[in-house]
Amino acid sequence: MERPWALEAAGIVKRYPGVIANDGVNLRVAPGEIHGVLGENGAGKSTLMNILSGLARADAGEIRLEGKRVVLESARDGLRRGIAMVHQHFMLIPALTVAENAVLGLGPGWRLDLAAAARDVEAIARRYGFDIDPYAYVWQLSVGQMQRVEIIKALIRGARILILDEPTAVLIPAEVDALARVLIRLRAEGKSVVFISHKLNEVFQICDRVTVLRGGHDVGSFAVSEVTPGHLARLMVGHDVPQASGPDGGQPGHVVLSVGDLHVAGDRGTDAVTGVSLDVRSGEIFGIAGVDGNGQRELVEALIGLRPVRRGTVSLFGDRLRHPWRPGDLLSRGVGFIPDDRQRDGLLLRMTVAENLVCSALGRAPLSRRGWLQRSAVDAEARRLILEYNIRVSGVHQVVGELSGGNQQRIVLARALAAKPRLLLAVQPTRGLDIAATGYVHQRLRAAQKGGCAVLLISTELDEVLALANRVGVIYRGRIVGTAAAAEADRETIGAWMAGLTPGAGGIRADTEAPAAIRRAREGRRDHG
Amino acid sequence: MADFLAASVRLATPLALACLGLLFSFRSGLLNIGVEGMMLGGALAGAAGAAYFSSPWAGVAIALLAGAMMGLLFAFLTVTSLADQVVVGTALNLAASGATTVLGRGALGASTELARVHAFAGAPIPLLSSIPVLGPALFTQTPMVYLAIVLVPVCAFVLWHTSFGLTLRATGEHPLAVEAAGLDVIRTRYACAVLDGMLASLAGAFLSLSVIGMFTNDMVAGRGFIAIAAVVFGRWTITGALAASLLFGAADAFQVRLQVAGVHVPYQFLLMVPYILTLITYAGFVGRAEQPAATGVPYRRA
Repeated sequence: MERPWALEAAGIVKRYPGVIANDGVNLRVAPGEIHGVLGENGAGKSTLMNILSGLARADAGEIRLEGKRVVLESARDGLRRGIAMVHQHFMLIPALTVAENAVLGLGPGWRLDLAAAARDVEAIARRYGFDIDPYAYVWQLSVGQMQRVEIIKALIRGARILILDEPTAVLIPAEVDALARVLIRLRAEGKSVVFISHKLNEVFQICDRVTVLRGGHDVGSFAVSEVTPGHLARLMVGHDVPQASGPDGGQPGHVVLSVGDLHVAGDRGTDAVTGVSLDVRSGEIFGIAGVDGNGQRELVEALIGLRPVRRGTVSLFGDRLRHPWRPGDLLSRGVGFIPDDRQRDGLLLRMTVAENLVCSALGRAPLSRRGWLQRSAVDAEARRLILEYNIRVSGVHQVVGELSGGNQQRIVLARALAAKPRLLLAVQPTRGLDIAATGYVHQRLRAAQKGGCAVLLISTELDEVLALANRVGVIYRGRIVGTAAAAEADRETIGAWMAGLTPGAGGIRADTEAPAAIRRAREGRRDHG
Repeated sequence: MADFLAASVRLATPLALACLGLLFSFRSGLLNIGVEGMMLGGALAGAAGAAYFSSPWAGVAIALLAGAMMGLLFAFLTVTSLADQVVVGTALNLAASGATTVLGRGALGASTELARVHAFAGAPIPLLSSIPVLGPALFTQTPMVYLAIVLVPVCAFVLWHTSFGLTLRATGEHPLAVEAAGLDVIRTRYACAVLDGMLASLAGAFLSLSVIGMFTNDMVAGRGFIAIAAVVFGRWTITGALAASLLFGAADAFQVRLQVAGVHVPYQFLLMVPYILTLITYAGFVGRAEQPAATGVPYRRA
């Protein structure tokens, strides 16, 4: 190699208590290339990127920039040397404006010149074709726009190496294409892009070269044109990957859950769910696709009884629920619930495996008698579920917080399915899981469906919805804007619905309603001292 | 009426000063419950400084110094040692109550006769004080009131129009993002705690140097907590907190008036008026207002 590498990591080691996240990882990125870093969750991708950007410090190994060894003590060091990172969980402050976020930490001087910052933001936005108002608050933006703000932040700081951590996880297909165009433009300007992903097709679509990580090691580096997806998948997982089967064409039975014209208030007072109607039948999986933040969370919380309903009806097994209802009412009537965020809403992280497994069945014999907990019965039930769901634990009294994400989700799954529910509400059931764990969750949902359970699956992963659901609905701004039988649903149509392009007379037309963000902006907000 | 307004402003001033300090710490994510104790410390430091150097301005300087030390202590315990902020704040309040009683006797004498100190006298500003209504209310006060009036726009400017202000507000919302932007969360929080300590201490010194001219045990009497309520009531903005301070100050002035007017209600009930207003504020507003997202959460480096 005549030219030095733009960025080179050699023998990076990073230990966290109990795990070695990076065990001698090497990565070489050429100037003017888009370099994919592929690996499953837990392969060490995010750790490596945090080290390369200066946010975390390696225990061993070295980083070279254009051939020269550098020591990055902080994100500031990284930024000063032209390395910027767009984190998977955006490093934006929702309560501040785009310009304020862009100028944060930029210096020089103590006087804050927001007008100049806004001009800089606009200049970059124009150059890359972004539609961004520098004075909008970040909380008003769509996820795709937030990502563009992160890219703007990086470019304002003069970044020459841009690291994007799972940038497509939150995007709809059309936004992925737009992002790809931006990255290609950056490459043409001679910048290097490190593109982290666990999705093979995107790596093939966007990247020039790819490095595969597995278990904290780099297991291969290739030009994308010289490898096959199958080869990369095997490297990533370490064994052959079974292909996901399509939706199952069983015979749906009677209506189990019926929702009519449901309106639910969001956190900011305005309605987040604006007239959802749907039926879910026994023996079918009804999948709701949609970009995160279009009312999915509020819909589920209202259905399960965690959030008041403003208007509309919910009927379960043909009985109309009397408002307000509580989650306990539903669970005792045969509803299973897999909440969105297992660590926040699904598990008691500091409590034991056994306690987590039985906590929604407490109060029932034989787990408790006259209010007294029957320890041995609880442990026996926990051991039964651990075996049945193949949960890898050191014992029933292990603390759940110590388990891997996949095993934590198995506990949530086991608890939701243990009581043989007739309706299962599954929200993002595979969020953050690796391929193997995802496959297991899918297999269990399919088994429940075949056993006659009605499943309402809400997911932002379009592939997941398409792979599992018998019928697909798309939620956009609190409303189901279209439904299709799985056999008739194609990615392009569903993707267009997700973007707010609804089917109308004579083809697809744009949604003409004023965006919620603009309405909220007009209502104004705090923050003016 | 003019008397009532002047009394309201005078009674609102320590609240407003404490609020200014609290805005720095609250906005940076530090939940400083210890402001009550910091005020008490400032009240003693001010009185002792004024007595020792025979000058109220010396008292102010000593109070600022003491406030900076108390802020530093709070930051060390919560930012460096990652102790729970509410626990540290509560401990600070209890410790201040005891320590000022003991130290007060040492510094100002143990006699039952209360030691008078060199306090600020009223200093009407020519011309301005002859403006109708506003003049007597704002410009016939002591120099410390004027200092507070000047500090309001200064703090507003720092909080909303400087890089430091943006950094500290961002720190209260999303510390990791601040660190990712190449800034220093820990230094920012230290600076905010020290500023808060100085302003809280100044508020306390106002009580001993500008209102009564002496130090008495536990003389802050809950005004620190009322200041916290005022910041919450004012939705973490300067204008809001200032308006709330004036409201509470007016409530205080009002109960004094009722007492003087000889209303046939036990005076203890009248004394309760500002505190009841505070309770109503807490009950009605804490749940609904949006506090900085990272309030009370310690920041740990990776």
